[in-house]
Formats: sequence, structure tokens, C-alpha cells
Amino acid sequence: MTLDAFEHEKSARITAVDWAALAEDEGKRLKALGVDEGAEVSVIHRGVFGTRDPLAIRIGRMTIALRRAHALAIEVEPA
Amino acid sequence: MSRDDPIRHHKVALVGNPNSGKSALFNALTGARQKIANYPGVTVERKAGRLALPNGEARELIDLPGAYSFDAASPDEEVTRKLVHGEFEGEAAPDVLVLVLDAANLEQHLVFAQEVLELGRPTVVALNMVDLAERDGLTLDPEALSEALGVPVIPTVAVRRKGLPELAQAIAEADAHADEEAHSRWHLTLPERRLAAKHMAKGAILSKSTRHTIENGIDRVLLNPWIGPVILFGLLFVIFQAVFAWATPFADALEGGVGAVSALVTDTMPEGFVRDFLTEGVLAGVGSVVVFLPQIVILFFFILVMEASGYMARAAFLMDRLMAGVGLSGKSFIPLLSSFACAIPGIMATRSIPDAKDRLTTILIAPLMTCSARLPVYAVIIAAVIPQTSIGPGIGLQGLVLFVLYVAGIVGAMAAALVLRRTVAKGAASGFIMEMPRYQLPRLKDLAIGLWQRAWVFLRRAGTIIFVVTIALWLMLSFPKAEPGESQMDASVAGMVADGLHPILEPIGFNREMSLALVPAMAAREVAVSALATTYAVDAADEEVAAEGVTDKIAALWSLPTALAFLAWFVFAPQCISTIAVARRETNGWKWPTFMLVYLFALAYVFAGLTYWGAVALGL
Repeated sequence: MTLDAFEHEKSARITAVDWAALAEDEGKRLKALGVDEGAEVSVIHRGVFGTRDPLAIRIGRMTIALRRAHALAIEVEPA
Repeated sequence: MSRDDPIRHHKVALVGNPNSGKSALFNALTGARQKIANYPGVTVERKAGRLALPNGEARELIDLPGAYSFDAASPDEEVTRKLVHGEFEGEAAPDVLVLVLDAANLEQHLVFAQEVLELGRPTVVALNMVDLAERDGLTLDPEALSEALGVPVIPTVAVRRKGLPELAQAIAEADAHADEEAHSRWHLTLPERRLAAKHMAKGAILSKSTRHTIENGIDRVLLNPWIGPVILFGLLFVIFQAVFAWATPFADALEGGVGAVSALVTDTMPEGFVRDFLTEGVLAGVGSVVVFLPQIVILFFFILVMEASGYMARAAFLMDRLMAGVGLSGKSFIPLLSSFACAIPGIMATRSIPDAKDRLTTILIAPLMTCSARLPVYAVIIAAVIPQTSIGPGIGLQGLVLFVLYVAGIVGAMAAALVLRRTVAKGAASGFIMEMPRYQLPRLKDLAIGLWQRAWVFLRRAGTIIFVVTIALWLMLSFPKAEPGESQMDASVAGMVADGLHPILEPIGFNREMSLALVPAMAAREVAVSALATTYAVDAADEEVAAEGVTDKIAALWSLPTALAFLAWFVFAPQCISTIAVARRETNGWKWPTFMLVYLFALAYVFAGLTYWGAVALGL
């Protein structure tokens, strides 16, 4: 399951990231923020006015905003 | 500062993740006296100040751009990486590093910290914002962290000046060893660093309550998919009100002050070239710059509060979906918002956009936002040709036309972005990845320093350009001198330029007076009003009286299609040399400002023409 489809405010563990689907700088930024295989994250906000874009996720003690396109490249499983 | 100044000898640099409270710590350590410039060749700001050490000596302290990693993903990070590694041309590597860590986010900040410590440079760690960590229920052990990292760790609260003397002392001690050779440490991979960070953070945290951070609660409201945008638009409404309503008395007072000085010069000096130069050239130039200052200061105040409190990232989050529709991201929102006051600070604010193509597109469309210099032009023309009728409860026709002009600018900008992103600024769909900082109460001193710096940068950049242009235009309008019976405007160089322009502008319904007014209005759009006043020989000392006189003349002499075409022209036309000059500076060359001039004038010509012929066809 991708992070985009994962249940709201539930803890997820990242199993794989399709780095090839992301621009180089975006991949670097996500890695630097700790979004990488093995990390635990949870989706805490999704979209505006009923859209699914962008998302805010919780990782460690940080909140990070990213786009649906990024979330679709992140495979997760329940943690 | 001379080369022999002791401050030159050693340099201390603050380095750390974005949102580590680095800037607040920099302000607290250096005070208000800071030198802001650009790093050579890049539009990344270099902030430097003077750090006093306990032994009475002083060092230059620089605030390096925030970085998540030396594996640079943005121009900011690239500058930090090069500088710290001593690879930056024209700037030596810092001798002492102050690594700033957010105490409440250790696990993340310790990852980059290890990269910095691998350099083996003399380093001191500032464990910053320990108060916020306590608020989040964390109790930390600085000694344990110091042992793990192998460098001194000083707990600080920059905004309350806590821990600053201890930090200065530790910097002085590290400085004493700065000339020793660096001992690079063992290099780790990113996963290894992350694992080590986890262990070190665990070891440094004495206790952790499960108390929820206040962010979750606030964000539940401010980022709510339905309530969040409503709050943001409400806030924007208040900001707009403030920018346009609160600024008026200050702008009037500044204008009055410049007018009084001008009158004094007129009274005390003999008539002639020097007096005209001072009043019509120099003072008019100063006046046209300072009149925007109140609006810009008020706008910057709100922007700084939004930034310092942590709300700005939320605003970008809420606007991202909308901006994505035209190929931009939420990060373009703030520059475009600033452009409603003036495109110059707007274009300068694009520096926060990491993606180069995104940034270029934002710079190119910023002049389409209805800036405050357009208002005097709109006001005069609307008052002259649009009847003061009501077309519904509380909706006047004049107000509706003004609203349509604003919307036309926004729609034009969005359409332009859409086209630019598919043509000249083509690139991968811009991403939007950003850390949302924690909420904080902004501190007055940091706001004051930020406000002063931005106002000063505006005055210096815009001021010098507008000033020079106003004087140049005044010379163009004053020479050669008119023969008796001939109007000065007709005889001048500007008049000749207008004669050349008129055949080009005639097909879109512009009369000769309008062509003439467009020439001096290149300095700033609102000059069109006083230029029209001059051409129609409206003899009035006061600007409001002049505007009234112009309104009467336009009402009598212009057809409705002509007046509407003039309004349409000003929605698009890049009639502002300062904006062009700032765009040149921010894009490092003439290519993009030239492109901006051409595409905006082309849009202005086409839309003024469409408006004119459309209105004629409708029999208006």
C-alpha cells in the first residue's frame, strides 16, 4: 500500500521508496528529512477543500508537507 | 572595516538545520548591527555581524543558510557546503563552527550535526530552544550529548538570551584551538548517521512525557481542509485592509514632508536650473520612493509575523493545491502576495523558492499582481469615465470595475504561469516538500530587526533606481527648452519619443496625450497621472487638485473605449524600471528582464487593443 492510501493518523512503516519516480533534489530532500526505508510516519492532514493534495505527515517530532505524487512513491505497511 | 581589524582574524559561523532557531540566535549574539549582502555570483543572502567574546576581543560571526545535509538540494545548501568546506571562491572557511540544534528535534538535527562534526573543525554545539523542548515534555542531559558528540554542548534559549555568555565562552575556547590542523573523523553513511542520531538522542533525553505537542491541536484547526483556507483568506483580507487603509495617513505625511521641503527650496532659492533640478528632479524622486514605504513596512510586518510564528509554512500548504494548477507550488504564494503592494519586495522574496524554474516563473509573473502604484491611475480613469451608479445592493459600478482590474491581473498571471511553465520555464513538475516549523510567539526584537533590514534593502535597491530614473526622465522632459508659445512637453526629448510612439499606439485607441504620459510613467506607473496633468496644462500645486483637474479633462476629452483601453494597458504593462532592474539583479543578467519587458508589453498592447475594439464594436 502507498502512503497516499494509508489510514489517517495511523502509524505506518516505510517499506520501500521508488526513488526513480522522484526528481533528484526531491529525493535528497526527503532522505535528509528522514523519509526513507524503515522510518515510521503517519499522515495527519490531507488536502484542501476535499482534494487529496498536498499531505502533511508526522515523522519523529517533525511535520512535513509533501505532494500526493511523492506519497504515491512511498510504500508502507502498518507499524 | 579595515583588513587589520581584529574581527578579520578569525571567523565564526552558525550552521544548522532550517528551523533550528539559528537566526534568532544570530540576532541575540550580534544585536541589530548586521551586514547583509549577497554571496558573490548567487542570490543567497550573506548575514554577518560582530560577536563579542568574554575576553574583550571580537570575531566576525556569519549566519550560514540553513541546511539539512551537505548533499545539497538547494542553492542555499550549496553555499553552506562550499563555505564550510573552504571551496567558496572569495571567502575563506570559518575558523570556528557553532552547530545549532533544536533541542526538541534532536533525532533529526543530529543527523546533519554528524556531517558537520566529521569535518573535525573546532565546533561548539548550541542546544537551542530548550524551553520549547520542555514545553513538549522533554528533559535533556547536555553533558551526555557532549560526551557522545565529543564537543562542548551549551543549552540556549536565543529568544530569552539564556546561555549566551556560556556560549560565547565556549566559542572563545574553541577559537584558541582554531589554528590547529583539522582532524577529519571517520565518515559514516546516511543510514549509519541516522542510527547513531537515534541512539545519541535517546541517551540525551532524560525523560519524555507523552503530552501532545500544541502543534497537533493548532494544526487541526489551521490546516483543516475546510476551515483552514477560510481562516487564511480572512487573514489576507485583514492584511489587505491594513496595507491600504493604515498606510494612507503615513504616506500622506511623508508626501507632505517632501512637499514642504520642496516648497522651502522654491521659496529660498533663486529660480533656475538648480532649483528645478532639486524640486522637480531630486525631491520628486525621493517622494515617489518614500510614499511606498508605509505600505511595504506594514506588509512586511505581517509577513514577518507569519514567518516567525510558523504560520507561513501552513499558508503555503493551504495554497499549494491552487498554485499546482498552474505549475507552481505553495512557495510562490508569499512572493505573489507581496507583489500586491509592490513587485520589488515580491521579486526579492522569490529567493525562498528552491526550484529554479519555479522561481523564474514567479519573478516573471510578479509584475502582473496589481501593485499599489497602479491605484492612482485606476482611480483617476475610473472616476472620469465610469458612472457612479449602483448595480446592486452595496455594489457600485466603479468598485466593480476596480475589482475586475484586480482579477484581470491575477487571471493574467496564472495564465502566464501556465504558459511559461510549458515553454521558457519548462521543467519537471515542481515539487513541494517542506518542513512545517513549530509554532512560536514572535519576539519583538527579532521582528524589529527583520523589518528594519527589509525596509532598508527596499530603500537602497528601489530608492537608488527610482531616484536615478526620475532624474533622467526629468532631464528628458526639461530639455531642449521650449520656444515661447510651445509647450515644454512637446519640445522635450520625451515629447519626441512620444511622437515616435504615437503611431504605434494609435491603432489601440490611444491619443497623443496618452502616448506622452506613458514615457515618464516608465519610472513608476502613478507618474502617468501627473504627466497627464502636465500635458493637459492643469495648473495645480496639490496632487489631489491635479487629479481632479485631470479627471475633468479625461471625462471631457476621452471616449469610453479609449479610457478602457488605457486601464487594460496598465493591467499588463511593465511600466516600472525598478522592477526590471530588480529582476535583472535576481536573475543575474539581462536575458529574463528583457523577456519580461517584451512579453508584458505585448500582452498590454494586445489586451488594450482588444478592449478598445471590443468596446467600439459594442457601441460604448
